[in-house]
Amino acid sequence: MVSETAGGAGPLPRAGQAVSTYCLLAWTWIRAAAQYPVSLTLLALGTMVTTGLDIMGIMVLFSRTPRIAGFTASEVLFLYGTSALAFATSDILLGTTERLGEHVREGTLDALLVRPVSPLIQIATEDFSPRRFGRLVPPTLVLALALPRLPIAWTPGRVAMVPVMVVSGVVIFAGLWVLCAALQFVLLNSQGATKAITYGGAFLTQYPMTLFARDFVRGVTFVVPLAFVNWAPALYVLGRPDPLGLPGWTRFASPVVGAALCAVAAVAWRAGLRHYRSTGN
Amino acid sequence: MIEMTDVTKTFVLRRRNGRRLRRERTPVRAVDGVTFTVDRGEFLGYLGPNGAGKSTTIKMLTGILTPTSGRVRVAGLDPSRARTALARRIGVVFGQRTTLWWDLPLKDSLTLVRRLYRVEEHAYRTRLAELTALLELEPFLATPVRQLSLGQRMRGDLAAALLHDPELLVLDEPTIGLDVVSKATVRGFLARLNAERGTTILLTTHDLGDIERLCRRVMIIDHGRPAFDGDLAALRRAAGADRQLVVELAAPIPPIELDGVEVTDTEGPRQTLRLPDGANAASVVAALAARYDVRDIALRETGIEDIVARLYRGDHEISTPVMNPPPDLATR
Repeated sequence: MVSETAGGAGPLPRAGQAVSTYCLLAWTWIRAAAQYPVSLTLLALGTMVTTGLDIMGIMVLFSRTPRIAGFTASEVLFLYGTSALAFATSDILLGTTERLGEHVREGTLDALLVRPVSPLIQIATEDFSPRRFGRLVPPTLVLALALPRLPIAWTPGRVAMVPVMVVSGVVIFAGLWVLCAALQFVLLNSQGATKAITYGGAFLTQYPMTLFARDFVRGVTFVVPLAFVNWAPALYVLGRPDPLGLPGWTRFASPVVGAALCAVAAVAWRAGLRHYRSTGN
Repeated sequence: MIEMTDVTKTFVLRRRNGRRLRRERTPVRAVDGVTFTVDRGEFLGYLGPNGAGKSTTIKMLTGILTPTSGRVRVAGLDPSRARTALARRIGVVFGQRTTLWWDLPLKDSLTLVRRLYRVEEHAYRTRLAELTALLELEPFLATPVRQLSLGQRMRGDLAAALLHDPELLVLDEPTIGLDVVSKATVRGFLARLNAERGTTILLTTHDLGDIERLCRRVMIIDHGRPAFDGDLAALRRAAGADRQLVVELAAPIPPIELDGVEVTDTEGPRQTLRLPDGANAASVVAALAARYDVRDIALRETGIEDIVARLYRGDHEISTPVMNPPPDLATR
């Protein structure tokens, strides 16, 4: 009577379905947000002001100190821009997954689980507001300023690397969001720890890694592969030797790292959901 | 429709043990060896005191929780493995919380549900018109869900759960907090849904009016174990629900003495007698009228509240612990 093929399609149609469901739910939340136009406008203004202050902070820093840890202003801005753009995009797409713990505590996750849609998509699209896109403005601006000023000769490889590193960055951050959400199934009050990894990671990668202690950076490189968000590929774009002496191939490893991290995150998410479903709330 | 075979669900409670950091792990059996089947078209009321394992059972049926052991089949599927596929075939309503989108008008929420459940446009329109008429949704279809009254919201939730025409509807306390009128609308609607569409309905409730008006079959769970399974009449019998005879006499007299009855209460000229199960009320009344100067007589059945309260307290051993449903229920 009812076909069972709905979830049994191949991986590609399933991914397509996930994307279209995501868009549908996001659009629904946008329309819901439009029910309060004044609050929407005020919040959008707020976002613009805070991100604007962020940029001014960086500008002030560079007007005082022309070089940070051996990097020129435009190089640092390039690092900041690529990381911030990747993070902002991932935040727009998956930022609300950090509320998972809340849903578990309040028991609202159950209502999400009885719908024929992944709870991850449902939580990620929750409260989706057009104002989220405001977060893209400052990093885009910074990149627009920094890219033409980089003291390098643009080869096709370097040009291609810029979008590749941003997309890989999005994928890596996306994996981190999901991983942290999965962690909340076990540690219900870990929102703080989660924030440290995601927002902290975004902050960390906005500055050249050489600012930080060597061992710390090594740890970051291998434990939470944040360095691959932009540091390793940026070294390639900027044509600089790696101050940490990592092998050359690491500069091109970002997409692989991203894919691997997402695979780990997917496994963790499933394990988390299974844990929830076997322990209850 | 539903098959549960020896299903157990154990939760591990972690409790701080005094001042020590080590925490004690106590396994708690929320559901302890539950076996039952529900056939297509049944209307089953699922009762039990708070913490008896009702919600846990519901969560295992809908795939929210995975049973610790035992076998669960709903509509032929294993809920914990095929949760999403099952979600398309069953409807679930939680009385305590809405599954609608808070800020959207009800109509938009329903459209969204149509897309999520992939209901065909044509089928959707017919179904929506039907549900709108039956649940009287028309006046508030354009109102955002957050502005709806509890009764309206519940009707909206019911509509959302039924748009995809599920074979099974699971309701967790659907009439909680509703006023008399809304309750009547919801009950009337559920009765029709079950009778006309043949939708199997499983309902948990603390409102025994729901059970009395709707459910042909009642199941009671206590401490994770099934304590009763049968129809209302069987429940009354099993709990030893004696009838009472309230006799209004011409004048206050010493307690009535009559074979087989016992006076439980005397209040002036009014005496309350307990009729044991199976006693013939007519002959008792006739005997009373012959021997005493009776002004008025009323026969009272023990309310279902009293019966269930008695079962919950466990001060009454149930004579037939778990019965099979009468054949006329099973074959529906």
